[in-house]
Amino acid sequence: MELIWQGIVKALELVFGGDREVWAITWLSLKISGSATLISLLLGIPLGIVLALTRFPGRAVGAALVNTGMGLPPVVVGLFISIGLWRSGPLGFLELIYTPVAMVVAQVVIALPIVAGLTMASFQSLDPNLALQLLGIGASKLQVLWLLCKEARLSLLAAVMAGFGGVISEVGASMMVGGNIRGQTRVLTTATVLETGKGNFDVAIALGLILLALCFALNLFLTHIQQRGQMRWPRLS
Amino acid sequence: MAETLLALRDITVRHGGSTVLDLQSFEVDGGEVVVVIGPNGAGKSTLLRVMGLLQPATSGNVFFRGVLAGRENSLAIRRRMASVFQEPLLLDSTVYANAALGLKLRGIDRDQIDKKLRPWLERLGIGHLTSRRVRTLSGGEAQRTSLARGLVLDPDLLLLDEPFSALDAPTRETLIWDMREILAETQITTVMVTHELQEAAALAQRIGVLSHGKLVQLGTAGEIFAQPANEEVAAIVGIETRIPAVVEQSSNGTLTVRFEGGKAQIQGNFSNGARVTLCVRSEDIDIGHEPEHPHCSKGVVYMRAKVRKLFPSSAQVRVALQADCGRLVALVGKSRFTELRLREGDEIMASFRCQSVHLI
Repeated sequence: MELIWQGIVKALELVFGGDREVWAITWLSLKISGSATLISLLLGIPLGIVLALTRFPGRAVGAALVNTGMGLPPVVVGLFISIGLWRSGPLGFLELIYTPVAMVVAQVVIALPIVAGLTMASFQSLDPNLALQLLGIGASKLQVLWLLCKEARLSLLAAVMAGFGGVISEVGASMMVGGNIRGQTRVLTTATVLETGKGNFDVAIALGLILLALCFALNLFLTHIQQRGQMRWPRLS
Repeated sequence: MAETLLALRDITVRHGGSTVLDLQSFEVDGGEVVVVIGPNGAGKSTLLRVMGLLQPATSGNVFFRGVLAGRENSLAIRRRMASVFQEPLLLDSTVYANAALGLKLRGIDRDQIDKKLRPWLERLGIGHLTSRRVRTLSGGEAQRTSLARGLVLDPDLLLLDEPFSALDAPTRETLIWDMREILAETQITTVMVTHELQEAAALAQRIGVLSHGKLVQLGTAGEIFAQPANEEVAAIVGIETRIPAVVEQSSNGTLTVRFEGGKAQIQGNFSNGARVTLCVRSEDIDIGHEPEHPHCSKGVVYMRAKVRKLFPSSAQVRVALQADCGRLVALVGKSRFTELRLREGDEIMASFRCQSVHLI
């Protein structure tokens, strides 16, 4: 109990005392996971829409791959991206290993299938005749897509939350491709692992609490948007 | 002579090896209301989707105001039409936002939208619902929103796909009569498909009968209901009594036709020995206990029949009969029904006037 209490006190000291390093780590975590989520949305939403609305040979295999990818273990992602970016590896000339860019790449690989899979599911749950009715009042094909996205917004916001939640909290891939270099690639999760290893439980708890607070704040915001104007369910008991 | 607004030429639609639609030619003139009737699976909805450029035909052409519709002008043509469907699928928003959607998609500014939309919302009786979320609407209110969404576009062609079918009876009746008034006032060219004969009779200037993807008859409402071209159309337009017969004698347009258990003299143009079918509408068949023998006198055919089954509805009773010549169906008013004290199995005398018979 003492340990946890000390950790909380230390956390408050670090956060509100304006500890430069903690703030830098938090900011880097947000930057890396934020960009990775954004890129995943830009690629994953169109991919999910294509898989949901079109029919082409190999679509079923693509959909199965995306669904499998939703549960991809971050360490496996980290392993393969490390091999790819290793100095002697096929993409070694890019000199990206142990950089934030490499971490963004790894996190995109983790978040992309989550976003694409949830987008696919949300579009498939819409009535196909809705698109027909929108065309029937003179919508262009792009306008139909935009209106369908708006109609699926609840599930798309869930995809954002799941994608961001997946990458901000993952540690394996970030550690392997980022290297946890102080001041360069150290993020909240890798720093927590390091401090725990060193026995600095108070700092580790502090970092963990910041991570939790961050996730909670973002999800609170997105959930608020998502749940606006929701109808009440009837009592089911 | 009104201008041809929409023309279909040699349209076929195939789906999974079977032909869903096969039309040589179909034209809709400016200002008219055409209703296409047919049983489920006849290809009605496909026809409407092809007309609305919402589904490409496997082969054939669609012309709008004489211009061939193709990939490059499809959006422009679609924006001159509006479709309303059986199930109104509205976006998760307010009544107003949904009704305004089509105008918004055309880039029209807010003030203009409001000016155009308000009168339609009032006209369709949903003016008080503008800020309601669509998920809280009743079926009738949702369909009115969907109609407002289409009508506010002031379309050159309005396409209605069974728009009243999903509504309860009183709501449907009111909405049909509202639509009748609106179409008469606005003169919007309209094509509606339905399997409800009542709706067709209430709205149509011309009726097309579609069966297995083919247009089997096209004519005025009067022609279609009174003079179906063949037995299939007769069945579709609700003529349940169809008696097979043979022409015994033909002179100066008056035919003597013989059927199982009787004879009748009917106007028509068939040669001696021709096999014909006597079509009689249920409301034209009378039943009674009169002791007459089966015969034909003063232009009325009498025949003995047995009551097979009774189907009571609110104001009338459908009486299914078995006579020597086959099955007959009569429609009897409730009071007459009570007077006759009909029961299943009763022997009665059925009669119809030769004038009300249509020969095919």
